[in-house]
Amino acid sequence: MASEIRNYTLNFGPQHPAAHGVLRLVLELDGEVVERADPHIGLLHRGTEKLAEYKTFLQALPYMDRLDYVSMMSNEHAYCMAIEKMLGLEVPLRAQYIRVMFDEITRILNHLMWIGAHGLDCGAMTIFLYAFREREDLMDCYEAVSGARMHAAYYRPGGVYRDLPEEMPKYQASKVRNAAAIKRLNENREGSMLDFIEDFTNRFPTYVDEYETLLTDNRIWKQRTVGIGVVSPERAMALGLTGAMLRGSGIEWDLRKKQPYEVYDKLDFDIPVGKNGDCYDRYLVRVEEMRQSNRIIKQCVAWLRANQGPVITDNFKVAPPSRVGMKSNMEELIHHFKLFTEGMHVPAGEAYAAVEHPKGEFGIYMVSDGANKPYRMKIRAPGYVHLSALDEMSRGHMLSDVVAIIGTQDIVFGEVDR
Amino acid sequence: MAKTLNQLIDDIKRVLGDERISKISLALDEVTLEVPAARLIEAATLLRDHADLRFEACVDVCGVDYSAYGDGQWSGLRFASVAHLLSYTHNVRLRLRSFCADDDFPVIDSLIDIWPAVNWFERESFDLYGIIYQGHPDLRRILTDYGFVGHPFRKDFPLSGYVEMRYDPEQSRVIYQPVTIEPRETVPRIIREENYGGV
Repeated sequence: MASEIRNYTLNFGPQHPAAHGVLRLVLELDGEVVERADPHIGLLHRGTEKLAEYKTFLQALPYMDRLDYVSMMSNEHAYCMAIEKMLGLEVPLRAQYIRVMFDEITRILNHLMWIGAHGLDCGAMTIFLYAFREREDLMDCYEAVSGARMHAAYYRPGGVYRDLPEEMPKYQASKVRNAAAIKRLNENREGSMLDFIEDFTNRFPTYVDEYETLLTDNRIWKQRTVGIGVVSPERAMALGLTGAMLRGSGIEWDLRKKQPYEVYDKLDFDIPVGKNGDCYDRYLVRVEEMRQSNRIIKQCVAWLRANQGPVITDNFKVAPPSRVGMKSNMEELIHHFKLFTEGMHVPAGEAYAAVEHPKGEFGIYMVSDGANKPYRMKIRAPGYVHLSALDEMSRGHMLSDVVAIIGTQDIVFGEVDR
Repeated sequence: MAKTLNQLIDDIKRVLGDERISKISLALDEVTLEVPAARLIEAATLLRDHADLRFEACVDVCGVDYSAYGDGQWSGLRFASVAHLLSYTHNVRLRLRSFCADDDFPVIDSLIDIWPAVNWFERESFDLYGIIYQGHPDLRRILTDYGFVGHPFRKDFPLSGYVEMRYDPEQSRVIYQPVTIEPRETVPRIIREENYGGV
């Protein structure tokens, strides 16, 4: 006679290395098979949306960086687009190209973080080190334009805060590095920032090849990802999956193509789609997305080299006047003072602006009543919806597959908990 | 081929009929449809299934508390549930709003049988605004702490909250105590009259 077998409840996280932050997952297991997964989130809830209601439109912008803290500028982009939509503001063309370039740099940053962490979750160690090597270069680009490696606050309503720097910051000699080593490190930093980015885009495809040699045909990698977390196209749409999660299931949907914003309609790139909707297909989709992002960055660099112009609107109700103007002109001084004390007023109304964030559709729903602060701001985070589909995706899989599914969803808790 | 928004408005008016629409408007290239709460499920089903509309995805659902709108100028109902729909077939978006009939006990029908994606969004709206989604199978708090009291995103809930948490060395455990932060406002909230400053 078989003895009575009871289901087993397992607490996964919130301090588990594979939980990607502070996910507490309550798993109901039958042996090692998952019967139900109940994610408990909110451990990183900071009330960003409520805080924004008490800040001016400009003061609330840096909170965006802290949502999805591996793709900072994409978050800012959606926020700025919502404000620009409500103000009816035209963004200078050069600023649009800079934004697109940095959106794609951000996409590569995000996918590198994802491929490293996902690999680590499934037992591939080296890929993490490889990915972080390239992230360093891109972080330097962030630092060069904004002064901050991560929380940039570079996009502003009406454009971007500054034009691209003429000079790329260089490594300084130190106790641990001699002059020859410094010279070697600074080799591609001699020119402008665009030169550095171009050099990166030339190097990057070979790096992606390196990642692929490590993983794509790797037997263990395939055993861990092929046929895991399969989502049919119909279910993917019904569950609200977006981004690579949706394209992995074979639906060709990318806001950059379907509802183009900024200058994406002028650029040449392809949208990769998967076939089987499993973790492996989503891996392939994201790897190809990195190559396509690289292509877009190249085109942006070429355009930005050839065309100069303003990078932020000249509407002083929204963007500050130039330093020189402010110091020499009473009118501009007043504008500067009013902008930074009272802030801009956004006409009453509501708007929803969405961008193709590296993780999916990132949207900002903004309601304004004409004040200098948002009345209500809702952040539509892609990771939030993806995590809500975890239960359905992991049912019937083994415990170790849950880790692979969390990895493939590309969860970052800054945006899930907000 | 994407539909024009005016076409979309005509289609919605035709398919839903007058009794299911309380207001439909076009602003900033976005269509906003207001539906009476009692008709929400019917309207949503039609929006998803009718061949001319086909809103396959619900991108977002959120609560809004209008009680302080325009510095107290709001005279309508207090709580609304706002959904953003997306049609992959026609490549259009739609904002679907319905107000909860009772300000003191806001209740609205859940859309979960129509779009499973709203599951967590409705839990979030319940948690933060206290809007009850009727028919939701698992309406638990989601973002706030275990045992949290109140609905923090309501306009009458203070920004710094009512309680704070700290480690108490005497009891050697984490305790809750009344909040000690004094609220301060560096930039006041201002609504300027129209044409202020001659613009």
